[in-house]
Amino acid sequence: MLLIDCPYCGPRAEIEFAYGGEAHIVRPAADVSEAEWEAFLYLRDNTKGVLAERWRHSHGCGRFFNALRDTRTDRFLAFYEIGTPRPETGEAA
Amino acid sequence: MSGVFRLAGRGRIDPSRPVAFRFDGRLIRGYAGDTVASALLAEGRHLMGRSFKYHRPRGPVSAGSDEPNALIGVGEGGRYTPNLRATQVEIHDGLVAVSQNRAPSLRFDIGALNTLAAPLLPAGFYYKTFMWPRGFWDKVYEPLIRRAAGLGRAPEAPDPDHYALHYAHCDVLVAGGGPAGLAAALAAGRMGARVILCDENAEFGGSLLADAYSRIDGLTAMDWVARMVAELERLPNVQLLTRCSAFHYGPHNMVALNQRLTDHLAMPPADMPRERIWQVRAREVVLAAGALERALVFEGNDRPGIMLASAARTYLHRYGVACGRKAVVVTADDAAYRVALDLAEAGVKIAAIADLRPVPGGTLVEAARARGIRILPATTIQRAHGHLRVTGAELAPVGEGGAVGKGRAVACDLVLMSGGFTPSLHLHSQARGALRFDDALGVYLPGEAIERVRSAGACRGVFALDAVLRDGVAAGLAAAGGENGPEWRVTRQDAPGTGGFAGALPRRGPGHLALAFVDFQNDVTAKDVKLAVREGFRSIEHVKRYTTTGMATDQGKGSNVNALAIVSNVLGRRPEEIGLTTYRPPYTPVTFGAFAGHARGDQFDPLRLPPMDGWARARGAVFEDVGQWRRARYFPRAGEDMAAAVARECRAVRSAAGIFDASTLGKIEVAGPDAAEFMNRFYVNAWTKLGVGKCRYGLVCRDSGFVYDDGVVGRIAADRFHVTTTTGGAAGVLNMMEDYLQTEWADLDVWLTSVTEQWAVIALQGPRAREILAPLVDGLDISAASMPHMTLREGSIGGVPMRLFRVSFTGELGYEINVPSGQARAVWDRVWQAGAACGLTPYGTEAMHVLRAEKGYLIVGQETDGTMTPGDVGCGWAVSKVKPDFIGKRALALPAMNAPDRLQMVGVLTDDPLSMLEEGMQLVAAAHIPAPTSAEGHVTSSYFSPALGRSIALAMVKGGRGRMGTGLYAPCLDGPPLKVTLVDPVFYDPEGARLNG
Ligand SMILES: [Zn+2]
Repeated sequence: MLLIDCPYCGPRAEIEFAYGGEAHIVRPAADVSEAEWEAFLYLRDNTKGVLAERWRHSHGCGRFFNALRDTRTDRFLAFYEIGTPRPETGEAA
Repeated sequence: MSGVFRLAGRGRIDPSRPVAFRFDGRLIRGYAGDTVASALLAEGRHLMGRSFKYHRPRGPVSAGSDEPNALIGVGEGGRYTPNLRATQVEIHDGLVAVSQNRAPSLRFDIGALNTLAAPLLPAGFYYKTFMWPRGFWDKVYEPLIRRAAGLGRAPEAPDPDHYALHYAHCDVLVAGGGPAGLAAALAAGRMGARVILCDENAEFGGSLLADAYSRIDGLTAMDWVARMVAELERLPNVQLLTRCSAFHYGPHNMVALNQRLTDHLAMPPADMPRERIWQVRAREVVLAAGALERALVFEGNDRPGIMLASAARTYLHRYGVACGRKAVVVTADDAAYRVALDLAEAGVKIAAIADLRPVPGGTLVEAARARGIRILPATTIQRAHGHLRVTGAELAPVGEGGAVGKGRAVACDLVLMSGGFTPSLHLHSQARGALRFDDALGVYLPGEAIERVRSAGACRGVFALDAVLRDGVAAGLAAAGGENGPEWRVTRQDAPGTGGFAGALPRRGPGHLALAFVDFQNDVTAKDVKLAVREGFRSIEHVKRYTTTGMATDQGKGSNVNALAIVSNVLGRRPEEIGLTTYRPPYTPVTFGAFAGHARGDQFDPLRLPPMDGWARARGAVFEDVGQWRRARYFPRAGEDMAAAVARECRAVRSAAGIFDASTLGKIEVAGPDAAEFMNRFYVNAWTKLGVGKCRYGLVCRDSGFVYDDGVVGRIAADRFHVTTTTGGAAGVLNMMEDYLQTEWADLDVWLTSVTEQWAVIALQGPRAREILAPLVDGLDISAASMPHMTLREGSIGGVPMRLFRVSFTGELGYEINVPSGQARAVWDRVWQAGAACGLTPYGTEAMHVLRAEKGYLIVGQETDGTMTPGDVGCGWAVSKVKPDFIGKRALALPAMNAPDRLQMVGVLTDDPLSMLEEGMQLVAAAHIPAPTSAEGHVTSSYFSPALGRSIALAMVKGGRGRMGTGLYAPCLDGPPLKVTLVDPVFYDPEGARLNG
């Protein structure tokens, strides 16, 4: 069970959180092309390595936040607030 | 002492405490401290079970948790547990154990005929044979396989015990309480770190439990262990757990332990859990799992009386049991010489030590030679003789280049084998640590770790006792962040073993190895493994699945390395090029009860009760589960079945009035200056123009354009909406709202609050609803003119604050009275009393469904399946054409979302009004189409309508709205297809006159 460091509450067990999928997926305006909308809906990187992803502390403060996690090791490299840019980690995405 | 093979004055059993138990009905005597295996061995009995596939007679090959053969059933009734390892089951008075997989008896087993068929049952036999003819599978093959497969039997009564779950945090978790683990725990404990030390055995000591030779600080090994445990017990920051296996290593150092609390007790306290799962979050983990001796692979190596050399040493020193009178030792490792010396000293005759190595040497070999034990260098075992017990070993010389000479038989009743020691990598591997092959030791060792974990002692290839202790201290200090640790002087010890062997032993001539077992528990032979490789399986993972080697509950503890070596030899590739199969949890089997813990029966899932649950129970309602909610389904009167009760409830609502507990509706309050803008963006509908005091049916889509949820929304104030959701969708809708609000629309000033539990909802529906309600609402004018359909008023009812919605899910004049849950029952009672004179009738969810289906109202999740647009379900009217954006807008404009042949919601009438369709039925174009064919649609809802006096159904049909009046067919499993006609989905009062009354 992952140990997740909620930026608002501190470290809590994974069981308190809901996973929110890949982060930094920009929702396009309603006048984009079909291909762009399809990409927004369905295309994800499926990263083997450092992935920016969303979590919600659903059984805690209720806040969404972002995390950088290495999908090979499950190690978290950073936790950061929604709306802030992906932190530099020196590791390739 | 009882047991002719018991040696007085030896072992750690308590001779002053005799214990009697039953095995296969026979009374067996042993002593406190015995296991079932040691007590049976003390009587000279090795035969304890039959094997999985061939029903071969089997005895214990080990003395611990790695046992693949001696699997027994223990306990009676609901406490019966199958497949326990006799080598671990501690005896107590009254214990009842049985052997498994034999019929009619352990000594004579019909299934053993399978052995004769062994040449016909090669690897992949089932895959190859049972594929054809197809029809044979159900009638012939599967019943046969089911009867033959599986070990033991499942208990037939509910488990009367309870099981506990405990979360714990520590600085250092030490898994394994042998010399390395004890040293690590003490080193960390003295630093003040919070330490948990666990061991699967009944007492700490690990390999030292079977070591009568070594001396530490002048003490015998077990006296030193006692001193260590005593000091650890005095440290308040150290927790010691015996009978506790670390069986699962999860991410971020979350390690699961399984502690067995009562199985070893004759009279356990009634309130004590049988087992406890510990979920330990450890800052650092030290693995001190030790190493397991490898079996040798030769013809007949599974006969009872053939065991690991180290096991015989454990039975001697821990249980005071000699495993035989005359032993042949076959080894490729020095450690077996110590076993031979110990047994000889205890009076067991050592017929010979056959050493696979050409020139065995070293102090242990010299000591054996000095004792007069016959040592045969460069000698292998060709086969074992005997059936229910080994009677002899055929030993043969191995010449230059591996050529095996002619063998000769040596009589014995015990064969001890040692292929060297395999470090236990399971937990390190579960933690996704890398493995590396060590050429010098010929085994895999832990490589780079991912978690905060380090291995110490034999599990990382450190075998000499003094080095093991230093390694344990170093690991403990590193984990606790210290520099100075305890030191001990090992004053006597054996040099670590050299050599070792893996794979099938060399043979004379073209032996087929059909009964040379690699995996005892799954009955996988060397021949099976070789065959798999010859048939083209190159990956060790594929060989594992094809042959099932290493897939038994022992997790390949004794077999993986031998299987790997065989594959390596056949392919001519080095073991490290082939790799090991993935180790999977659990390290040892864990009972289902322990996993379930308290989550069983009523505790399995929270039960949510709506406020009128007690009223409904008192009325004799029949209930149904809706998610976690328990809801009244119908209220039968004496003599009524469900159909009669539901029909009566429906008629009451249509002719007078019905009362219904709708409190399970999800409710969310959306408030704030930007509440209307939020609603505009979230729902497909437009909200800006919805006046205060007005309601609107709202529809939620995902950004994929597919319907997600629906519900009536009321505007309480300019900046406040009372949102309702489906019963099942409440949590999901709130999460989705929060998602968009927090991550997409940070510009909006809106607050979202779940009020599902705060507002109870009393639905009052029917032509006389207003007449009943009007006198109850305090000073509120609810006349048709003042409060038309789809409006809401705030007020009070008998002094209780109220949000009154005039809405209907029945098609009748109706109200939904929202009151605080704590006062809802009182309000319900007042309405109920007021309605008595008007024929007010309680109705349940079943009538609610019928009434809504008569009106063609969809239920999200019943008519929709996650691929339906608002237009598909006839709600295109709800979608705003003018809003610049809302969730789903772009997707709804995609051509595919507007294709004319999409499934569309329609009504369906069977040509025979009394025929009932079944929900889920497919609808096809013609009465007789040869299968396979594609469906034109499917039935989503089907009821008998009391109002229409006939069956009605809703369905999703391709281009359905353009096919009104046309016919389709519903194929039936048991009869001719039913002819149906597509109609408008609103069956009753299509003008809505009653609704607006
Ligand atoms: Zn939080």
